[in-house]
Amino acid sequence: MTAIAQIPQGATAASDHHDDHHHHDTSENTIFGFWLYLMTDCLLFASVFATYAVLFMNTAGGVSGRDIFELDYVAIETAALLFSSITYGFAMIAAHRQNKIATLGWLLVTFAFGAVFIGMEVNEFHHLIAEGNGPSRSAFLSSFFALVGMHGLHVTAGLIWMAVMMIEVVKRGLGKRTITRLSCLSLFWHFLDIVWVCVFTVVYLMGVV
Amino acid sequence: MNLLGKLSWEAIPYHEPIIMGTLAVVGIAGVLIAFAITRAKQWNTLWFDWITSVDHKRLGVMYILLALIMLIRGFSDAIMMRTQLAMATNGAAGYLPPEHYDQIFTAHGVIMIMFMAMPFMIGLMNIVLPLQIGARDVAFPFMNNLSFWLSAGGAILINISLGLGEFAKTGWLAYPPLSELSFSPGVGVDYYIWALQISGVGTLLTGVNFLVTVFKMRAPGMKLMDMPIFTWTCTWANVLIVASFPILTAVLGLLTLDRYLDFHFFTNDLGGNAMMYINLFWAWGHPEVYILVLPAFGIFSEVISTFTGKRLFGYKSMVWASGAISILGFIVWLHHFFTMGSSANVNAFFGIMTMIIAVPTGVKLFNWLFTMYRGRLRMTAPVLWTLGFMVTFTIGGMTGVLLAVPGADYVLHNSLFLIAHFHNTIIGGAVFGYLAGFAFWFSKAMGFHLNERIGKASFWCWQVGFYMAFMPLYVLGFLGMTRRLNHSDNPDWNIWLYIACAGAFVILVGIVLQFVQLYLAFRDREQNRDLTGDPWNGHTLEWSTASPPQFYNFAVLPQVHDIDAFTEKKENGTAYQRPAKYAPIHMPRNTAAGILIAGAATAFGFAAVWHITWLAAASLVAVVAFLLQRAYAKDVDYYVQPDEIARIEYAHLRHINPAPAATPGHGQATPAKRRKKANEETIEEVSA
Repeated sequence: MTAIAQIPQGATAASDHHDDHHHHDTSENTIFGFWLYLMTDCLLFASVFATYAVLFMNTAGGVSGRDIFELDYVAIETAALLFSSITYGFAMIAAHRQNKIATLGWLLVTFAFGAVFIGMEVNEFHHLIAEGNGPSRSAFLSSFFALVGMHGLHVTAGLIWMAVMMIEVVKRGLGKRTITRLSCLSLFWHFLDIVWVCVFTVVYLMGVV
Repeated sequence: MNLLGKLSWEAIPYHEPIIMGTLAVVGIAGVLIAFAITRAKQWNTLWFDWITSVDHKRLGVMYILLALIMLIRGFSDAIMMRTQLAMATNGAAGYLPPEHYDQIFTAHGVIMIMFMAMPFMIGLMNIVLPLQIGARDVAFPFMNNLSFWLSAGGAILINISLGLGEFAKTGWLAYPPLSELSFSPGVGVDYYIWALQISGVGTLLTGVNFLVTVFKMRAPGMKLMDMPIFTWTCTWANVLIVASFPILTAVLGLLTLDRYLDFHFFTNDLGGNAMMYINLFWAWGHPEVYILVLPAFGIFSEVISTFTGKRLFGYKSMVWASGAISILGFIVWLHHFFTMGSSANVNAFFGIMTMIIAVPTGVKLFNWLFTMYRGRLRMTAPVLWTLGFMVTFTIGGMTGVLLAVPGADYVLHNSLFLIAHFHNTIIGGAVFGYLAGFAFWFSKAMGFHLNERIGKASFWCWQVGFYMAFMPLYVLGFLGMTRRLNHSDNPDWNIWLYIACAGAFVILVGIVLQFVQLYLAFRDREQNRDLTGDPWNGHTLEWSTASPPQFYNFAVLPQVHDIDAFTEKKENGTAYQRPAKYAPIHMPRNTAAGILIAGAATAFGFAAVWHITWLAAASLVAVVAFLLQRAYAKDVDYYVQPDEIARIEYAHLRHINPAPAATPGHGQATPAKRRKKANEETIEEVSA
């Protein structure tokens, strides 16, 4: 399929070649389209960041970031997510080398790191709500839960996607279409890492300063 | 736990005769249509050739059909409001009680913007854009089908609210705290949220899809600055879609959290800030009006250039003016609420930015004037819409500049002056543009012509009706009448309210004539076939195809060297060439995945509105399951074989050869020379 798509296109060439068309869903188009989608996702986060920036001081007599954030805890969480980006990179290298076992192994490690991150976040949320500092308490907590929770939902979606991709790799190997999909998930995963760096800085670091 | 959530028999408004009457009419019409389809044995065609189609041209036709249906609904709301206001003067109550009237003006705004204008614009873009850039389809044909059904799903949800529950009473912006649970405890705002959210996702996917199409799938040789102007303005609109719709998604999501999970973003208590919603909403809302109007500008450009037989004057300035409008469109949102109480300097900044938008818009107007200058304008229906636009939109633009002065805005804010202004720009700009495009490309999409005489009559009704309906609103604004009033008691206003109501009925005649025109076109289609595919002596590649275009668009991808690619081919004699042999063409297969995913998403929206937990969960699982099924579906594409292509191509070329495009009045040699001469003269005289 690759070879076909790369044949130069043109009216004169058309009669000789087997195929002169723009191939539908070529991997290049798919990755570019997915990248565009990620930019829209970026704006989604930007809007919620803006909301957080406007509302984070509106604690309505309740707790502020300084009172509830535990940097040590969040640092471990952050490390788990950052490591998962590196291991996903290893998975991609293995996939490009057509090494199925290594790809699956690294995906599994990435999944584990991601699951640790989500587990820790759920635990943090659980504690906050149990102590009466849930999202209904103040506009600050509303925007905190929305921003961090939206990132968490994205990571959860990424984990589900990763599980599906692992099954695909097991069943179909590392064909061109699977590599394209792994590349899209890779973009998604690294993107979520970058967003988390911003969350960590804006919400947690600046929150306790 | 109640299996049906908040849903019960009380949700049906039995006691509202207007609603029950409407439902009866819709029900009877639905049964009649279903009966007609059954009798004509067309259910298979409908399902296999249309509903599941991934062909951009068919999706475009379905988008426009959706827009026309929603135009009827939105206009019914409009004419009810105008008659109510004309009847409810001198303290009379009129026939619409406030709680119903409030739903009507909300539904009118939401429907006209999101479910009439947007589908109309996206429909025209679907039909025309891939053809203009010489592509066989969009980048992601299946996603295109999904986008359409998501838009339709949103529209269906909003129409369900008519017979089940209520619609929002908040105005089409759903400003909090009014839209919060404490002040709007009913399901109206929830219908609003989910209808917009579902169709908004569809629009976002469309934006991504068409951007990839434009950047990756242009015909060989076509540089970005060779793209036809309509494609360019659509591209800017798509940039705006991709950059602004996520903000709408976010702000609606936050309002959802407030209403469903007791968050406090926009509430009056616990630190919420309603102005945050209003800022975010307009950070989407203002770019949205340029999403609507930029493609219309592109349509006018194509129409003027085609019907003067000249190259568009100032193509490059047109492209960059559109770009400037797109960027400026993002830094003016605060002018929607100068009265928020931001500092004078902030208001001054946004006021000046708003006024600056008049500059690139003025550039466009002069470009159209110079294109017409020394051309021979053929007075067809699309040209009438364009001329009507140029006058009407200029007035709307000038009242906009007036409103951009913060001091003046303090006086006119939320008055009928504002209502007159934005109808002046959206009807006079966007809607006239879509109707021009509808008349211009109808034969391309359908293969036969519209009835020109009725089309022109429809234009005059719209044009006259528009001025009658909206100029009085400027006066009423100055007389102090605010928007969203249910009844009035001021004798000075009465006469203007009567004129406006009469104007709405003139527009009604215009709309009816549009449908009469459609009916006559279908009835007489055999006599009015567009056999050449190039009825207007067009400039761009869509006119090089048959009408309707072959399902693969181009048997051989065209080589492009010029903005007016088809004119160039006609001039140097390379149009309609037959290659010695055709190559197989790779095509996507139709799929039901789009309607299944969108159907499940709509079911989720419905479940969320009525708090039906099990249905919400089940439909979410269904969305994911259908997505996965599609992702791992086999047999999603096929090849069209050369002999079939040759058969289709020869059947079309038979109508053109041996005398290429020799239809009377559409000859080539003379217009081409005349065109060249006229182009040169315009440039000389303008520069002198």
